Amino acid sequence: MNLTLYVWRQANAKAPGKMERYETKGISPDMSFLEMLDVTNEQLIKQGIEPIVFDHDCREGICGMCSQVINGVPHGPEELVTVCQLHMRRFNDGDTIFIEPWRSKAFPIEKDLMVDRGAFDRIMQAYGYTSITCGGAPDANDHPIPKWQLDRAMDAAECIGCGACVAACPNASGMLFTAAKVAHLNMLPQGKPEGARRVKAMIAAHDLEGFGNCTNHYECEAACPKGVKTAFISYLNKELIKALPKGAQD
Amino acid sequence: MILDGKCPTGPIETSWDRHRFDMKLVNPANKRKYKILMVGTGLGGGAGAATLGELGYNVECFCYQDSARRAHSIAAQGGINAAKAYPNDGDSIRRLFYDTIKGGDFRAREADVWRLAQVSNNIIDQCVAQGVPFARDYAGYLVNRSFGGAQVSRTFYARGQTGQQLLIGAYQSLSRQVKAGKVKIHNRREMLDLVVVDGHAKGITCRNLITGEIESHWGDAVVLATGGYVNVFYLSTNAMGSSVTANWKAAKKGAFFANPCYTQIHPTCIPVTGDHQSKLTLMSESLRNDGRVWVPKKAGDKRPANEIPEDERDYYLETKYPSFGNLVPRDVASRNAKLQADAGKGVGASGYAVNLDFADAIKRDGEKAIRERYGNLFQMYEKITDEDAYKTPMRIYPAPHYAMGGLWVDYELQSNIPGLFVLGEANFSVHGANRLGASALMQGLSDGYFVIPYTIGPYLASTTPGAVTTDHDAFKESKAEVEAQIEKLRSIKGNKTPFEFHRELGRIMWDNVGMARSEESLKKALTEIPKLREEFWQNLKCVGNDKEVNQQLENAGRVADFLEFAEVLAFDALNRKESCGGHFRVESQTEEGEALRDDENYAYVAAWEYKGEGKAPELHKEPLKFENIHLAQRSYK
Repeated sequence: MNLTLYVWRQANAKAPGKMERYETKGISPDMSFLEMLDVTNEQLIKQGIEPIVFDHDCREGICGMCSQVINGVPHGPEELVTVCQLHMRRFNDGDTIFIEPWRSKAFPIEKDLMVDRGAFDRIMQAYGYTSITCGGAPDANDHPIPKWQLDRAMDAAECIGCGACVAACPNASGMLFTAAKVAHLNMLPQGKPEGARRVKAMIAAHDLEGFGNCTNHYECEAACPKGVKTAFISYLNKELIKALPKGAQD
Repeated sequence: MILDGKCPTGPIETSWDRHRFDMKLVNPANKRKYKILMVGTGLGGGAGAATLGELGYNVECFCYQDSARRAHSIAAQGGINAAKAYPNDGDSIRRLFYDTIKGGDFRAREADVWRLAQVSNNIIDQCVAQGVPFARDYAGYLVNRSFGGAQVSRTFYARGQTGQQLLIGAYQSLSRQVKAGKVKIHNRREMLDLVVVDGHAKGITCRNLITGEIESHWGDAVVLATGGYVNVFYLSTNAMGSSVTANWKAAKKGAFFANPCYTQIHPTCIPVTGDHQSKLTLMSESLRNDGRVWVPKKAGDKRPANEIPEDERDYYLETKYPSFGNLVPRDVASRNAKLQADAGKGVGASGYAVNLDFADAIKRDGEKAIRERYGNLFQMYEKITDEDAYKTPMRIYPAPHYAMGGLWVDYELQSNIPGLFVLGEANFSVHGANRLGASALMQGLSDGYFVIPYTIGPYLASTTPGAVTTDHDAFKESKAEVEAQIEKLRSIKGNKTPFEFHRELGRIMWDNVGMARSEESLKKALTEIPKLREEFWQNLKCVGNDKEVNQQLENAGRVADFLEFAEVLAFDALNRKESCGGHFRVESQTEEGEALRDDENYAYVAAWEYKGEGKAPELHKEPLKFENIHLAQRSYK
């Protein structure tokens, strides 16, 4: 396959960026999208052009490192996959493909397609944990957790923190991520005692980072490579209302 | 030199408890005076940093990823072992200890393995308390499944994402310590040198991968938890950034590298499709419960699988191993697939694959039953290969997966450089020559949560906090060395990219130091590796600036280290004239063609000392003693 790529090139957070056009040749339908970029980069290097910078690591769809908007869709046209699991057979010979980074004030661009997702780490540092001391834990079976409850927590825990939800949202909201993390812990007995403090702290951190609010576009759910549901945002809102003192719900 | 692992003597059951009591403590008021550097934030590093921070030490943590949550531990799927004996099926600490020693083909230390088995139960408790959502039954209790190498169900799991959930647990604890001000995380940093002052590890030199700045960091102790090195084979199941760099730089500063030839090849990976391939994906080993492995009887038969009649197929595992059949262990299945491919019987375009056929299982149990058992795996296979495995056989082939070797450490996880500790896959300690499934996660968390917090104490208790800082000349020298290497890489301006060199090295390693090694192939590798290394330093093309993000430069540095390390790996394999676990020397096999150990001559840990470029490394031995488990030959016929 031969393809025309339009790729966002930007030297750093402060530099202006622009789309550059590249012709790439000899792409096999068996390649993953990232392997297509590897091959393109090798071609660029041979031409003396600086290769395209992009984040990637496990290439098994689980580390959440890759972050590319492909033809306007985070992680590209296939549902429930990250870029490393998107294959070139989903494209046609002669296609033109547009590749951009996540775009959000809270995720500044580092270079080309690479963004800084430190905001997610800081939301986690606000209260994304249980305050258990190492070594002092009771036996794991001391507190049974019904299967349905565990399964719901696990559905939330599947989030890989890639940020596609933010990239897809017209408000650049990080609410699906925050909701998934709050739900994972608040739904379990271990996380319950700190539940009210957690939801308030994590939402405050989310807002402080410059993410927008949720206005029910559901784009996050459509973009999530792990199928995390917006139902967790409803859960988050419920937990927040419960956590606020009486009369302060507005 | 004969190395002393400092293992406790006396009854093994109480060895860790006695040792814990005998170790010096650092009082809580003094802990806050010490600074510890933790390199790597996976299960070993993340858990270790969180726990050390919680104890009151000041911890600075380093990872090359954008977030500590993305360490490669995240990709482990299967599960984590513990001797909880919840299913009441005969498990115990002693049995887990026994299975691990035997599984490792009697090449691990008994005391270390006992400790691992003992603390395995604490790990599960700790993780559950952190909110790790392990699978449970309808009554709310934890459930287990069985894994290779054991006859009991002791594996805890969280869907197919156990590694992710355990890592998130450790990362959450780490986040708590960041908020508490006890841990500072330096992300997007790559360690490029170890700083040694008066024989003690006192800091690291690293590159800020965003700004390109070379930074010096001091600590009263340095802990490496930087994972494994099987990317030396180029194609592997490891993450793209997994490298030997941190370990190798420490080795060049005097740390001994132990058992580098012990690498695990996993038999059920999706095969290579072409030169472009960057990475191999693992399929669950459970598929071999129902799938039948076969190749065409005739070499070079390129007909589609469905057109090859039954009597022209060779179900080679079933013929050769009638009692275990398709369920032989990883090393045996892997070696036999390679034998078929080498004989020209491999399937698929490349010829480096064998069929894993579900036709009989579907005929027997119905497609619905197979779909229920393995549906998600069939789906994953289809995404990658665009083939429907319900209609045509899957194609699988072995791929490098895990490194059992690593830096040499004593019982306290301290390397031969005082003040340098090594955790998890980065050290060599508990898996021997072969790792059992669901044991990697166990070791990472054991080292991080329950060993290093104790064993770093005695070293720190005898160290003056803050005695050496980045003002020391050793830091300036290290920084200059690192800068000189980067300048050298950038100045070559040749024609071949780092990827191209890495692919070539991988080919040399896979062909000569892969699943089966012989004296001849190893000697060949030992002539080809230096040649390629020489070409690398003459003909590398590394474009871009070093004062900004430059992924080519990162790759070039990692490949440079693999090119040096590969030679030590091959040396080790050449020296070990026996077969054991993941190391198969064709000269040492039983009459039936199975791995044959030589306990008389090789029951030792091989620890290699770097002696300079182009010079043979020096071998140091640590004899292994088996006082609790009798040495025995493995058989799967």
